[in-house]
Amino acid sequence: MSQIAATETPAPGKRIRPAGKRTGLLSWLYVSPLVLVLIPFFVVPIVVVLVCSFLEHDGFGGMIPNFTLANYAMVFTAELTWKLYLSTVKFAALTWVLTLLIGFWIAYFLVFHVRNQLLAIGLFLLCTVPFWTSNIIRMISWIPLLGKNGLVNSALISTGAIDQPLEFLLFSDFAVVVAYTHQLTIFMIVPIFNAMARIDKRTIEAARDAGASRFEIMRYIVVPLSRNGIALGSIFVLSIVMGDFFVVKVMSGGGSASVVAALFEDIAVLQYPPAAASSVILLLVVVVMIALILRTVDVRKEIAR
Amino acid sequence: MSVPPFTVARFPARARRRTLDGESRRPWTFWVLAGLFTAYVLALYGPMLCIYVLSLQDVRGGLVFPMKGFSLHWFVDLFTQVRTGDVKGGFERSIMLAIMVTVLTVVGSFLAGLAFRNRFKGDGIVFYLMIGSLVAPGLVLGIGVGLLFQYLGLQASWYTSALGAHLSWTLPFGVLVMFAVMSRFDRSWEEAARDLGATRWQIIRMVVIPILAPGIVAVALFGFTLSYDEFSRSLQTSGPLNTLPLEIWSMTLNVTSPSLYALGTVTTLASFLIIGACLGAIALIQKKRARGISSH
Repeated sequence: MSQIAATETPAPGKRIRPAGKRTGLLSWLYVSPLVLVLIPFFVVPIVVVLVCSFLEHDGFGGMIPNFTLANYAMVFTAELTWKLYLSTVKFAALTWVLTLLIGFWIAYFLVFHVRNQLLAIGLFLLCTVPFWTSNIIRMISWIPLLGKNGLVNSALISTGAIDQPLEFLLFSDFAVVVAYTHQLTIFMIVPIFNAMARIDKRTIEAARDAGASRFEIMRYIVVPLSRNGIALGSIFVLSIVMGDFFVVKVMSGGGSASVVAALFEDIAVLQYPPAAASSVILLLVVVVMIALILRTVDVRKEIAR
Repeated sequence: MSVPPFTVARFPARARRRTLDGESRRPWTFWVLAGLFTAYVLALYGPMLCIYVLSLQDVRGGLVFPMKGFSLHWFVDLFTQVRTGDVKGGFERSIMLAIMVTVLTVVGSFLAGLAFRNRFKGDGIVFYLMIGSLVAPGLVLGIGVGLLFQYLGLQASWYTSALGAHLSWTLPFGVLVMFAVMSRFDRSWEEAARDLGATRWQIIRMVVIPILAPGIVAVALFGFTLSYDEFSRSLQTSGPLNTLPLEIWSMTLNVTSPSLYALGTVTTLASFLIIGACLGAIALIQKKRARGISSH
């Protein structure tokens, strides 16, 4: 051991070993399990989908190895495609705005208003507990509340505010957005809370002493310094909503659709190539969205800071 | 502001101290945000509590309030009825899958976290592949994995294809958490150990892992939950035997009795047992560490 130690101990005064060839090899060794998962279970499957999207199909689940652009032509010319994207983007935008507004203010409250740090952490954990339970179950749990004979309707009727139960509460676009917001706000709270917790409170004290208003403190200190948290949260929320079909399916009661919900229908009838073409387009849309967010911040540098 | 303006002007230092040490009145924004927070927590827990309560009805029970009777009828129904599918098998498979995913996620993301502390050739490619894997729609990835297995002539199953599909999502997530955890790790501790003659393995085992232990437990918790709850990635990859979320999905389509709620209660209890075990592990580690420090 002493021998190894002797060779490994850097010369005094020299900080960390220089990033030589050995470090690179070692880093690759460390990162290899990740790469060994990503290649067979991300890169190759995506390539398979890409190839599949250019194949002809016989309509019975079989694929004929002939190159064709018919699948893409079909997806682009169908009016339905545009409707689906419009509907999905609408859900994504609404959910993003709501989760951002709620998540930002809740993180702000926990970091800057709760003065006892232990209490702040306790309240933070309180927000995260439901995340550990099943999403599907959390979605179903809106039925006794929002249903036709649910608590909200009964309460409104008994107070005399309405005399017919409100139909739009469950199995509607409204319910879809409620369910998304309910599930995904936590994905905003956690990164924004992390970013805000790193803001030096003295910066804000200094700004206040220099005469900054509450708005100016938000505008010039809190928001810019939580930017990375906001970006990270947005990536989670947008990619989950764009890729979801379960919430749309259950909460809209089949009334509304999303891109992935349509994809699911295609697969159910074994229409793999058209589904693959549609998948490739969706993937491109998501990647462009995320790339735009990543352009605004260097997430990697900020996380590893 | 909480202090009258002339006080600030005359005693700036004192006024500042007062806003810091909590003697001062809370600003109006505090009450607005406290209200928002309370509303959020109520909305978070309210619906779930409703279904836990409703799952305890007796045989006359329905899907909405008012509560009809009080019994464990729907829990018995859940595990004995054929029409509700193979809940027990799905439950066992999901737990085993989640355990495998957790172990592999912890090891993989810990090592990747170590690697990403230094820049190395190709690190950008690995990083963006990881982000890509994180944001790729689950169903699309599932279709890809399913088709790949079909093309290779392999039988898709929950412990091969579904395991890989889950890892392609939990691993990037775990690495991101690991980044956040490791950003608080002071590398001079490592250097100190190296100066004292520790080998690379000894440094990892006796310095890095103990210090990062709570963060590693957090990664484990994430990995477990994300896998245990994963639906869209399992759909095309789990083969002939269903995992629990797939069972619940088919239940939501066929079952309209409180046994659906009973399932919710059971899965939540299972989740809480696991969180409890993890938090207990963290507490134990902290306690052991505190004892270790005081005895030296």
